[in-house]
Amino acid sequence: MSIGTVKLKIDGVEVNVPENTMILKAAKDTGVVIPTLCNLEGVTSYGGCRLCLVEISGSPKLFPACITPVSNGMEVTTNSDRLKEYRKMVVQMLLAERTHICSVCVADDHCELQAMANQLGVDHVMFERNWSHDEIDSTHDFLVIDRNRCILCTRCIRVCDQIEGVHTLDLKLRGKDSQVIMDLDEHWGNSCSCTSCRKCAKVCPVGAIYIEGEPIEHTKKKDIAEFIIARRNRK
Amino acid sequence: MTKSPKIRVATVWLSGCSGCHMSFLDIDERLIDLAKKITVVYSPIADVKEFPENVDVTLIEGAVANEEQLEMLKKVRTRTKILISLGDCAVDGNVTALRNSWRKSDQAILERAYKDPTDLNAAIPNAVPKLLVNARPLHEIVKVDFYIPGCPPHADLIYYVLTELLAGRTPIMEGRSKYG
Repeated sequence: MSIGTVKLKIDGVEVNVPENTMILKAAKDTGVVIPTLCNLEGVTSYGGCRLCLVEISGSPKLFPACITPVSNGMEVTTNSDRLKEYRKMVVQMLLAERTHICSVCVADDHCELQAMANQLGVDHVMFERNWSHDEIDSTHDFLVIDRNRCILCTRCIRVCDQIEGVHTLDLKLRGKDSQVIMDLDEHWGNSCSCTSCRKCAKVCPVGAIYIEGEPIEHTKKKDIAEFIIARRNRK
Repeated sequence: MTKSPKIRVATVWLSGCSGCHMSFLDIDERLIDLAKKITVVYSPIADVKEFPENVDVTLIEGAVANEEQLEMLKKVRTRTKILISLGDCAVDGNVTALRNSWRKSDQAILERAYKDPTDLNAAIPNAVPKLLVNARPLHEIVKVDFYIPGCPPHADLIYYVLTELLAGRTPIMEGRSKYG
């Protein structure tokens, strides 16, 4: 099967990419960084965080760049006032949904949500905060999950399934009630499938899953993405 | 134009740890330049009993956690032109709002503080201002004009916002503000 090439414009710059490339990847290859929180190179895209929304000329709708494939003649705008406004709103909704308090969080200064808020100039949350009081599970020997800090990006679930290949983690319930669970909603310490590989903690963009007693900057070293890609490409 | 009068600035301390005020003082020697342009008319570090009228800029530290603070905030709003939320507690609730996750946290927190630690004559005092059910950020109650997040906000950031306002410009927080 031959792979064709698609010609499109990203922020006015003409680019050629293989067909079926997602806009996010096409933009990245041409040096345009689209903000995202749920995307993780090496695992499937999820389209959950909605930060990578872009404009495509001819449509009033916004499209998530990570799961929208390129097509011929497409004209993509990745950064407009409207998109900035929406992205700020998305970050505020994520902050409002659960109890995110940076100053007492294990991931302070190493958190992608915090960094995103700072980068986008989110200086307050205009929505009323929903002070969640979800269970913190520290029954595992060293892995801890604080669901109050979870942004439901599902990175942990995807690495657990697609890289480690065990699918210990999954989601239960829907919408804002969604929770990351282990096995059939067991306590983590009782999970019979978890291999304690730590990948979930490594890819967590916030402080929801962390390793007890390990400095967070060590856990969240950025080389994990390359590690994942390398493992994935190893035949 | 004649010499313009000094800008009247006030700072208010609600439910916070005073760290934001410390950070304000960390502006250090630049305070001397600032003092040429502003006059502090009300502050926890100045002995003024009543919040004055006609204040140009008020920086408020801390979340609103009780009825006295609620009243104070409303009074400040009517007497000040530009209101600034200073620090994560004022902006977001922060540590002060940690209690919000508990149901009926106003009662729970008093019981934890006054009843749990003692078996002897445990009683919750009634002479202190009544706690609000939730500790709340300022902008949920009154209109806030500018936000300086941070726990505490960096002195440079406070200085930046103040000098921009003094120069008649709007401070741009993008890439500058920082939670936590």
